[in-house]
Amino acid sequence: MKKIIYNRELCDFCGTCVGVCPHDAIELSENDLEITDKCTVCMNCVYICPIRALEAKDEE
Amino acid sequence: MKNKYDVIVVGAGPAGSTAARFAAQSGASVLMLEKDREVGVPVRCAEGVGEKGVLTVLDKLEPQWIDQKITGVMLYSPSGMEVKVDSKEVGYVLNRKKFDQGLAELAAKEGAEIITKAYVYDLIIKDEKVAGVKVKHLGNEYEIFADIVIGADGVESRVGRWAGLKTRVPMKDMETCAQYTAQNIDLDENYCHFYFSSSIAPKGYLWVFPKGNGLANVGLGISGEASKDKSVYQYLEEFMKEYFPNAAIITTVVGGDPCSLEQDEIYADGLMLVGDAARQVNPVSGGGIVNGMVAGKFAGIVAGKAVQEKNFTAKRLSEYQKLWHNSEGKKNKIFYKLKEFVYNMSDKDLDDTAKVILDLPMEKRSILGLFKSAMVKKPSLILEAIKVFT
Repeated sequence: MKKIIYNRELCDFCGTCVGVCPHDAIELSENDLEITDKCTVCMNCVYICPIRALEAKDEE
Repeated sequence: MKNKYDVIVVGAGPAGSTAARFAAQSGASVLMLEKDREVGVPVRCAEGVGEKGVLTVLDKLEPQWIDQKITGVMLYSPSGMEVKVDSKEVGYVLNRKKFDQGLAELAAKEGAEIITKAYVYDLIIKDEKVAGVKVKHLGNEYEIFADIVIGADGVESRVGRWAGLKTRVPMKDMETCAQYTAQNIDLDENYCHFYFSSSIAPKGYLWVFPKGNGLANVGLGISGEASKDKSVYQYLEEFMKEYFPNAAIITTVVGGDPCSLEQDEIYADGLMLVGDAARQVNPVSGGGIVNGMVAGKFAGIVAGKAVQEKNFTAKRLSEYQKLWHNSEGKKNKIFYKLKEFVYNMSDKDLDDTAKVILDLPMEKRSILGLFKSAMVKKPSLILEAIKVFT
């Protein structure tokens, strides 16, 4: 099972991923991003992120 | 901060501030909430506007809002042909930080309250109607009630989603963008510069917008469809290395530009969306400042009337979408068709178009002429282009 994780060091909190998420699975606050369990790992957020702050990783 | 207002505006960009200004002007009590510590920052924008458009919403442009006056565009074809086109209309590269703060001050002068570091995390819904917002501010959580909430929360557009509106942007229509503001950019500063090429900016373009004295915004946007193999940030780095190796970077920003068709509905009971949140950018240019302000003005005026009439139903607020559609929305439908065409042109098509324009004397060149040459095999599209460029 893969899971989307985000890299806090890279993320600019621009909200572009939120705009393309088909499942409203991304919670963005002032300085944090959370991928909720609505996520289906469709990869939209990974590909749209201007700076590649999101990636799909194997769940541990 | 009170616990009830007539109107709450979420987001203090140009669309939000303009909505707040016009709602307050009509006598409504208005609260505008900005999540960041400072209005106008970060500037996720190339900062270009046309004078004519801005002056439909503002009486004047303050000199401190303007970094550089622009008199035309310079286009670079994939093979490197340079096509200069002088514009009939004057343009400006703004200082968005000062501009956005100026617009917020105009709203404040009409009586709107403004709070920064105020993060809206949900709507209050009562009897299936929007009735206010939930906000975090300096470690505390508040519920603030309002008869009308105006969502001006940008590309994320979460306010609309919470109210049940479909604000998601298809991948192909979201332009993912990266931009440097950099020094030592040696180009003619009277022109905005655009680079078109599948290797520089696939399904998009790269811009250099001068800000004066060697400073410029250098950025690009590419379709979400074109960013699977390489990030837009990497495209930017490669371009800088090749074209401006001596540049010194002052600011780095990234963000998304929703270049989609207009949403079906940008209002609901007690709610209106404006600006990027309502997907109101010009899909072909990606420009959204003036459109956001025009929409903000209409939303503010309709909110003011709704407050006076004490009628906050979706039906009452639908007037806003009609006003927007008749002013800019219907043009955006045409701009979207032009975008679909231009973004699917091959490098050879782009070079061929550049050649045709280069053969024309300066005084015969125009942006409409450019589109006409590009779409020579699509006469129906030319007729539509004439509608939006004249």
